[in-house]
Amino acid sequence: MDSGKEKRTRIPFKERPDWADVKPVPQDDGPCPVVPIAYTEDFSETLDYFRAIYIADERSPRALQLTAEAIQLNPGNYTVWQFRRVVLESLGVDLHEELKFVDRIAGENTKNYQIWHHRRWLAEKLGADAVTTELEFTKKIFSEDAKNYHAWSHRQWVLQALGGWEDELAYCQQLLGDDIYNNSAWNQRYFVVTRSPLLGGLAAMRELEVNYTVQAIRASPENESPWRYLRGLYKNDTQSLVEDSQVASVLLDVLTSKNSHVHALSLLLDLLCHGFEPSQELKSAVDVLTPQSCSPDLALTKRVCSILEHADPMRVKYWNWRKSTVPVQSAQCQNTDRLANLSM
Amino acid sequence: MESRRVTKTLEDQGMVERQVREIYDFFYSIPPNSQSVVLELQRDKHFDYLTRGLRKLGPSFSVLDANRPWISYWTLHSLALLGESIDAKLENDAIDFLTRCQDKDGGYGGGPGQMPHLATTYAAVNSLITLGSPKALSSINREKLYTFLLRMKDTSGGFRMHDGGEVDVRACYTAISVANILNIVDDELIHGVGNYILSCQTYEGGIAGEPGAEAHGGYTFCGLAAMILINEVNRLDLPRLIDWVVFRQGVEGGFQGRTNKLVDGCYSFWQGAVAFLIQRLNLVVHEQLGLSNDLGTESADDSSESELSDEEEHLEGTSSHVEETCPLGQEGQENASDTTKKADIGYEFINRPIAMRPLFDSMYLQQYVLLCSQIDGGFRDKPGKGRDHYHTCYCLSGLSIAQYSWTNEADDPPLHRDVFGPYSRNLLEQIHPLFNVELDRYYEARKFFSGL
Ligand SMILES: [Zn+2]
Repeated sequence: MDSGKEKRTRIPFKERPDWADVKPVPQDDGPCPVVPIAYTEDFSETLDYFRAIYIADERSPRALQLTAEAIQLNPGNYTVWQFRRVVLESLGVDLHEELKFVDRIAGENTKNYQIWHHRRWLAEKLGADAVTTELEFTKKIFSEDAKNYHAWSHRQWVLQALGGWEDELAYCQQLLGDDIYNNSAWNQRYFVVTRSPLLGGLAAMRELEVNYTVQAIRASPENESPWRYLRGLYKNDTQSLVEDSQVASVLLDVLTSKNSHVHALSLLLDLLCHGFEPSQELKSAVDVLTPQSCSPDLALTKRVCSILEHADPMRVKYWNWRKSTVPVQSAQCQNTDRLANLSM
Repeated sequence: MESRRVTKTLEDQGMVERQVREIYDFFYSIPPNSQSVVLELQRDKHFDYLTRGLRKLGPSFSVLDANRPWISYWTLHSLALLGESIDAKLENDAIDFLTRCQDKDGGYGGGPGQMPHLATTYAAVNSLITLGSPKALSSINREKLYTFLLRMKDTSGGFRMHDGGEVDVRACYTAISVANILNIVDDELIHGVGNYILSCQTYEGGIAGEPGAEAHGGYTFCGLAAMILINEVNRLDLPRLIDWVVFRQGVEGGFQGRTNKLVDGCYSFWQGAVAFLIQRLNLVVHEQLGLSNDLGTESADDSSESELSDEEEHLEGTSSHVEETCPLGQEGQENASDTTKKADIGYEFINRPIAMRPLFDSMYLQQYVLLCSQIDGGFRDKPGKGRDHYHTCYCLSGLSIAQYSWTNEADDPPLHRDVFGPYSRNLLEQIHPLFNVELDRYYEARKFFSGL
């Protein structure tokens, strides 16, 4: 909207001498279109000229300039972007200049698919040259919106296609230091730990990561992100999760604290379904939490479900369903591992 | 203690919770008859807002100039959910306009003369199915559309949004959805799609837009629906997916799109529909949990369970067989009858009895949509935000999902107790959850395109 104002001095195409040879092509909306937009005159005129050069497939400097004006009016027009790429390639334009253009557009449109796609295309062309600019650019976006989905996808693509992994784990650490609830940063951490060619993979990183995660859980047990991350660290290897003493110990700590118990109970339930043998202390902790209405003879797994039904009434139907699927759930262990292996 | 520091996430969340609490506190403080009034679906106002948009949109909509079939779909589908039909003149104008968006080589663009795009193709096709007349349905060039879809296939197994466009799970869903509903699906189109979507299921359980990205409600719906439509849903880890989606319903009653993000009315559909689709996947879920079918039926409604047909069991059996013999792909495994089934899986799916109760809180979701998202004409993301056609469409779609989540079979009306607010005023039409088109319109389109 602002760009419309700043264009007050804009000279219409029909008054520009270098466009005199082009016959504008009006939009073929028909006599009574639905969802008709009351375009401004500038908008209509620019798009009329765009259609003319698009149909003529004119790959010229003026065509490039025209696409810039059209994109400023509507950065969501993928046809204009695609044609711009065709023109850029034909003209052999310096793509560093193009990057500056995208920077200017991106400022107010960080959630627009087209801009990010264009940026990826550019970075691919620029190759290793683009690593620093792209990592810095996404960092700048995250300083204002640390969970921007497109920016994270872009950053992951840059790392995988062009490299730049060196400081990525430290960057995740920094973002999680700012906001331990930032699930996008947890997801990025998982991405780095499992995919960075510098770190040796999940198996090599697991111990360090478990330490970090367990610490995060102790600090804020109601934070769902580290709980899911912890399970992720043992993806395809539930048996090791069941046997990890650090996991059992953080469960005990959380369940005997005054904090929210939901995530701890939920993990405990999963562990029990996979053959986990709880210590006496852990059993006692569950006893303390068990509602009085609950029969003490009830199997531990079912009692955990009952506690969850009370502690997490929003999901009472889910916990109830879990309870009903518990009896034979030990078989799930092999099954989900099998499924997970297939996805590798 | 350092952790107790109020981070950005906690600060934003706290603000939304305060606003929502204020609304709910007021609601609980007023007498029941006033509550009933506050809960009413403002049908007339929504109707006015929607029909006005069909005829005139201001200059600020220029940023949506490449999304006009979407605006058509959001509007027409919302009207269909409200049980409103549009007059013949408007219907003809809509068909005429969408035909001008159709590319000569197949597919629909965001406006006349724009390149064909998978997302706007989905929106245009769903708009025309919602209009429903033979004229609307026959305006779709299915042969050309099929070649467009094939052209969009990427070597990764996924689909590209447009020539030179991005590849993601959204593209997979929109391509598979239109191919299914128009009955133009075949093995070549499906080849590799399952592998691509599977690679997008994250450690959290939900599905991301691309491999490695964060689990997200919109992509989880797209990925799950597409996997069902290509008959490969058993390849996803469904217990983890279920656990992820039930945790996305927040203290406000509505759904958030990702872990530790804010509630947003549009996820009433994206996440709500995921939970709703799960209810018809009980056989696959039980299989993944290592439960035998007998045991699996124990937890569910007796009446609906006893009606499971042989055909369904056969279908599930077929898919698990494929899984065992060809774990990494489906190539070469299907015979002709599987292909036929795949084409009609949308019909088979909706006619399965709902054998599982909803695992989310359907009443509380309705409460959020009606009290926090609904405004005078249209719906919004959350209190403090403005309305738009997108949120109107997906809040209404989610509301419909929540209202019908306790019915046992498609076409059953919900019970009074399962509809929040005054029943006859608030009850919406039902949708087909795989395509998000109104159910009767889906049946009509299926009849039309299968030549029945
Ligand atoms: Zn939204």
